[in-house]
Amino acid sequence: MSASRAETCVVACAEAWRGDGEVLASPMGLIPSLGARLARLTFSPDLLLTDGEAMLVRPDGTVEGWLPYRRHLALVTGGRRHVMMGASQLDRYGNQNISCVGDWARPTRQLLGVRGAPVNTLNNPTSYWVPRHSPRVFTERVDMVCGVGNDRVPPGAVRFHRLRRVVSDLGVFDFATPDRSLRLASLHPGVTVERVREATGFALTIPDDVPRTREPTAAELTLIREVLDPDGARDREVTA
Amino acid sequence: MTPDEAVARLRSGMTVGIGGWGSRRKPMALVRALLRSTITDLTVISYGGPDIGHLVAAGRVRRLVTAFATLDSIPLEPHFRAARERGALELTELDEAMVMWGLYAAAHRMPFLPVRAGLGSGVMDVNPALRTVRSPYEDGEEFVAAPALRMDAALVHVNRADRLGNGQYLGPDPYFDDLFCRAADAAYVSCERLVETAELTKDAAPQTLLVQRHHVTGVVEAPDGAHFTSCDPDHGRDEAFQKLYATTPWPEFAGRFLSGGDESAYQAAVRAWREGRR
Repeated sequence: MSASRAETCVVACAEAWRGDGEVLASPMGLIPSLGARLARLTFSPDLLLTDGEAMLVRPDGTVEGWLPYRRHLALVTGGRRHVMMGASQLDRYGNQNISCVGDWARPTRQLLGVRGAPVNTLNNPTSYWVPRHSPRVFTERVDMVCGVGNDRVPPGAVRFHRLRRVVSDLGVFDFATPDRSLRLASLHPGVTVERVREATGFALTIPDDVPRTREPTAAELTLIREVLDPDGARDREVTA
Repeated sequence: MTPDEAVARLRSGMTVGIGGWGSRRKPMALVRALLRSTITDLTVISYGGPDIGHLVAAGRVRRLVTAFATLDSIPLEPHFRAARERGALELTELDEAMVMWGLYAAAHRMPFLPVRAGLGSGVMDVNPALRTVRSPYEDGEEFVAAPALRMDAALVHVNRADRLGNGQYLGPDPYFDDLFCRAADAAYVSCERLVETAELTKDAAPQTLLVQRHHVTGVVEAPDGAHFTSCDPDHGRDEAFQKLYATTPWPEFAGRFLSGGDESAYQAAVRAWREGRR
């Protein structure tokens, strides 16, 4: 069984929650949602999941807790949560934008708004998922800082601010560099360093020897295909 | 009272808070009544959904205070987006937690509450009036002083209420509706069904009593008054109608559904649309 790119991305997202213990996995978007549930079903059995509304649920849907929005916000500040957000723009230090593109006063494209990105990034571990890696997303400068990057952390929040990783359709990235800027951590199968370089709008740290992203095990593939996403929605989010 | 009688208590230039979240349990009957009135120049505080879309499309909002506007199943609110892109809307863009603490501050008669959110983000750049405050204890941490979001009136929609203004939610999430009522000088609560007080706790636990009568000025019975947003467990979101709303030019949508004289005219127009789809 060989895995599709989407399935490799699901596993790469799942890996973000490895070792997190009893925290809430908050995935935004389909592939991160599949990843969080895969992690919960395999190597991170203590993770908490929500039904997308106000309930904490086990993977089979059994309700095990109540998490309306105001409790969710308290959970964020308590730090017992690891969110994987989307990013319309992301710079080398992990500053993220989901609010608007262009001048804030009169944007060329209004998006969601800052939502909870400012509170998330100062209080609980944060990762990002980008389904289409391009220079428009991985940009030199974001138009509005929603999620706070490594170069803008207020001193009081340094102890809580953790940008863990960025997963895109091309690879996995972390901030393991001296100035905590983005570094290519692994390439998805079939992707070249040149392709990542061309699709990134700033100079990325690229180690001499870049490993391949781990491919799903046979058991993981079965879970993804038969339990988590039998309709194959994942292949519509990542088409390569 | 009717939605129009409730809205008759409001004035142009007021600051109005709207309960619900995204496209969930929005007091749309009251919003539609606002659109039938001549009230304009509003400052609106909301976890934004189609309430915002309706009001900005109709040009009733001078300033919006929010962290987002979304239709949930349709990520971007089309009229909010259009208004921002044509520069027609003043925006106070705050983080979700800053809005919550602003509501708590207003409800507790505090000028602000400290919050570990906003610092380092663009929220500080686009809101130059925001101030910070330093912990007076040993840690000395600097926080954003989230300003109280005090409002002239709050509009919320719940599942059940009695005539006195005791409001009950039966869905999974209270959102911030009780805070909106406590943060406002006057609160108008619409409900799916008006019931006798004793009936509120006949089959439901007392903690479902979300809104208390001493914070409520007027009660409106508005069955389907959250339409087309969700009002669980009475009804889910009307996804087909929401899609119609999001894809129809505003003048056409407003002409077809919002030009009747009252809420029942809107509900009749929705029924006619539904019949036409069969």
